[in-house]
Amino acid sequence: MIAVALKGLLGRKTRAILTALAIVLGTGMVSATLIFTDTLHRAFSGVFSAPYEQASVVVSGKQIVTGAANTPSVPASLVARIKKVPGVEAASGGFLFTTVKLVRANDKAIGKGGPQFGFGVDPADKRFTPLALTTGRWPSGPGEIAIGAVTAAKEHFAVGDTIGAKGTGHVHHYTITGLAEIPGVSSGSATLAAFDVRTAQVLLDKQGRYDSIAVVGSPDVTPRALAARIRPLLSEAETVRTSAAEAASVNKSVTGGISGFKYILLAFAGIALFVGAFVIFNTISMTVAQRTRELATLRTLGASRRQVLRSVLLESAVIGALASLFGLVLGLGLFKALETLFTGLPQAGTVFSAQTVVVTIVLGTGITLLAGLFPALRATRVPPIAAVREGAELPVGRFHRYKPYVAGAVIAVAVFAIAAGVLSGGGAKSVLVPAAGGMLLLFIGVAMISSSLVAPLIRVVGAPARRLGGSMGRLASANSGRNPARTAATAAALMIGLALVTFVAVLASGLESSTKGDLTRQVKSDYIVVPDTSTSATYFDAATGPALASVRGITSVSAVRSDNARVLGSTISVNGIDGATIAGAYRFAWKDGSDAVLTDLGNGAIVDSKWAKTRKLSVGSPFQVQASNGTKRTFVVRATYHPKFQAVFGGILVDRSHFDRMFPNPQNGYVFVNVASGASPAATAALAKSLRPFSDVTVQSTPGWIKTQLNDIQTTLDVFYAFLALSVIVSLFGMVNTLVLSVFERTREIGMLRAVGVSRRQLRRMIRHESIITALIGAALALPLGIFLAAILTRAMSSQGLSFHLPLTQLVYFAWVAVVAGVWAAVLPARRAARLNVLQALQYE
Amino acid sequence: MSLLEAPVRVRTAHAVVAASGLTRQYGEGDTTVHALRNVSIEIEEARLTAIMGPSGSGKSTLMHILAGLDAPTEGSVTIDGVEITGMNDKQLTRLRREHIGFVFQFFNLLPMLTAEENILLPLSIAGEKPEREWVEELLETVGIADRSTHRPSQLSGGQQQRVSIARALISKPSVLFADEPTGNLDSTTSKDVLALLRHSVEELGQTTVMVTHDASAAALADRILFLADGQIVKEVRGSTAAEVLAAMQEVSGR
Repeated sequence: MIAVALKGLLGRKTRAILTALAIVLGTGMVSATLIFTDTLHRAFSGVFSAPYEQASVVVSGKQIVTGAANTPSVPASLVARIKKVPGVEAASGGFLFTTVKLVRANDKAIGKGGPQFGFGVDPADKRFTPLALTTGRWPSGPGEIAIGAVTAAKEHFAVGDTIGAKGTGHVHHYTITGLAEIPGVSSGSATLAAFDVRTAQVLLDKQGRYDSIAVVGSPDVTPRALAARIRPLLSEAETVRTSAAEAASVNKSVTGGISGFKYILLAFAGIALFVGAFVIFNTISMTVAQRTRELATLRTLGASRRQVLRSVLLESAVIGALASLFGLVLGLGLFKALETLFTGLPQAGTVFSAQTVVVTIVLGTGITLLAGLFPALRATRVPPIAAVREGAELPVGRFHRYKPYVAGAVIAVAVFAIAAGVLSGGGAKSVLVPAAGGMLLLFIGVAMISSSLVAPLIRVVGAPARRLGGSMGRLASANSGRNPARTAATAAALMIGLALVTFVAVLASGLESSTKGDLTRQVKSDYIVVPDTSTSATYFDAATGPALASVRGITSVSAVRSDNARVLGSTISVNGIDGATIAGAYRFAWKDGSDAVLTDLGNGAIVDSKWAKTRKLSVGSPFQVQASNGTKRTFVVRATYHPKFQAVFGGILVDRSHFDRMFPNPQNGYVFVNVASGASPAATAALAKSLRPFSDVTVQSTPGWIKTQLNDIQTTLDVFYAFLALSVIVSLFGMVNTLVLSVFERTREIGMLRAVGVSRRQLRRMIRHESIITALIGAALALPLGIFLAAILTRAMSSQGLSFHLPLTQLVYFAWVAVVAGVWAAVLPARRAARLNVLQALQYE
Repeated sequence: MSLLEAPVRVRTAHAVVAASGLTRQYGEGDTTVHALRNVSIEIEEARLTAIMGPSGSGKSTLMHILAGLDAPTEGSVTIDGVEITGMNDKQLTRLRREHIGFVFQFFNLLPMLTAEENILLPLSIAGEKPEREWVEELLETVGIADRSTHRPSQLSGGQQQRVSIARALISKPSVLFADEPTGNLDSTTSKDVLALLRHSVEELGQTTVMVTHDASAAALADRILFLADGQIVKEVRGSTAAEVLAAMQEVSGR
């Protein structure tokens, strides 16, 4: 029996390959994701854990606030005290992976989007730097720097040249004394800048401080024991960890980002696999139906139901396993594509782990088996007597008559799960898991009822074919309705991809219109100064404010400070506003308060009303704010406001002078500028000129800035479309499959059509129309479903100000994409049908 | 083991298959079709029994019920003394493996398997090892030894049917049912196939039931049952083709 199944598969190679293709893309994406993230993981952990290999323990500043403008540091004087601890052989302070931007001669920052790493190296002890010199010598004095060899080659810098570098303040200029690299890792578009530690302190405005102190213990002291000896020396803002723990914690914070990224990619892979499962279900169902006679014969020869089940499942398993293997190979290719797509990330040798192989194969085979289970169960219901009957049809399952009820129940559960998810108001996990599960269920439910929607839908979407396609169009329309279950399943596969595309498009459309409306409403100024898009920074030099104020024609400049702080146990963004000028630049949507509070804010704070509500704060409530260096200060809620969906500021606004007093090294988040005659090219040029020394900021007219924000949304959207396109392609294979199989089934009929005078061209047209009708059914199911899902989500988020907006042109475009998909899918099957020999086709049995 | 040494069954008129009071109706109410009306027969061991009758006479239905492919509305069937009506799927599967062989009008060979693989299929399904000598003899007997590695598509219709007969014989069934075995063959190849069936009855003592509307095929039978309107209307033994034809006309003209 095993041989029968395998040989049967060999006898239907084309079909098997077409079926396998449905799952190859999905498994390919799974393996590409795993390879990519594993490789990234190695590259990052290689980069960040290298410095800790030489040390026994590491002393560093305690991180109170994440994403703050200043990284925690430790006083330099600590080094001398640590050196006195018994068991300490060496201690060395420095800066590792801090942010230093390299600047070209034209004041533009080098390195687009990549990390910009800076290192302060102890000239007496270079053990703890991850860098290795490739050319020249280490920098050893105020005016000297070593930069990354890759950057030097790319930007045409050589030893002896002058280059600009920038910490938190102005650009400083240095002479390049050497080129360095992180051994074993290609740093991608990351830039490297190394200084002697004193020079780094000046540049980073951390005189007398280090980021961390690496300590080497004598061999007879364990790192744990050493840490215990050092701990009493530290203040509560400092911490000591064994180097292993430090490396692990650094790795964890880095890989946390990677795993988030991994799950997003895997989600898209999952969608492609889900669509693939539909296609496989449909193809195997058709194959089983066409083999009714064969299966019945096996039964008359004594095959048990279980044997039939096993033989069909074995076919699925083989197809799944083969597809997974191809998926692994494809995954390597896709991995290369991902690498080029995300250039700039550090790279290491490709990591092709056993786990990747196992996960890909288990997933690919498992899903194929699952999809093949229902057709296999139906195959067991083929009665032996079908062996002697003409044109036997596959019997319907035992529970077939309950199908509409089951479908109804599935849809009900699905909608409930989605609603429960989006309304849960909990974290990402409590929203996403039920919502995503609900969506999958919804697709299954709609696919189940779709066979009864096929007939009415054909009446609508088949109209153009009937009107314009002549007799072939009418035949095609009728053919599409012949086997509603099959047409429905084929269309459903396309539906999933298109529905998700529609969902994303509608959601994004709402997001864009909300963003545009909200930002336009909030920002009143003519210009806005923000960090340059080429840097990943969120803060910039506070000196930009005064620099702008001196430009001619300016009526007001309002700089807004920005930093993260710890408030009531969690990290939140805090802004420092200038009460005298902010009202001219920003329109507050007051809930409880008015512009009057701005001018004498004192120790008061303006807070987001939503945030205040969840924290049970109201006007008059005091609350404590803790900065990244540990400084604490109490503010009192003076007013509340709510800027709808897209907020410009964080949750808490305080007076700028108070901000500057408590936050270390205060930085700007925005500078709003009004000019006398409104925005003009001349004014823009003048403002840009005054900002040149700051190199990493950009000035934009307010409408221009809003456009940039919208472009960012569009960019994300395009990535989503690209990944969802994979699912649409998978469903395309499904359409090809269905058409090829139905042409095969109708061989005799096609021969008859040709015999009565239908031309090859007409035959091709008929198949093409059938394909387009199926695709349009998919679109007709997908668009409302996608809009519905987007509407639910928008509704749930409407309290946060997200509005619902239908992108009509795009929706029409999606329907058009479906038609194109239909035309493409028909090419191969139509050619096959047209090539059939009339005589042989007529004799075909 | 040669063919002649194959287990020789005692040639008595013992009934391998026995049916009593078989009724089969399709549909209900006004549209009821009575395919069989109270048919009782016994199929004798080691004999070739032909069932003849015009289209719609119920001959195929009768065979399907005798073979356990279809269930009667009323009545019962026993094979080798065991009641098969009311058997569940598992029992029927066992029955097919051990007691029943089928030969189909359209051969129903599996296209991806070679002739030999097709012949061995019932054994492989039952999980039994073929006895090499028995297989060789069978290939020899059906005359496709030199084509055993060919696939069905490379064989002529007559050869395909001979493979199909060998497949039915491989498990030495209690009874072999042949459904219009020459219905899809020309007269020359029909003769070969019928000779092979006759041979298996003579030499192997293979109890065989054959449904046919070919008079010359029926003429080879030991016993011919004529069906009309769902009833057995005539029974003949050892007739010539001409006699059979005459009987057919008599039956059809009734």
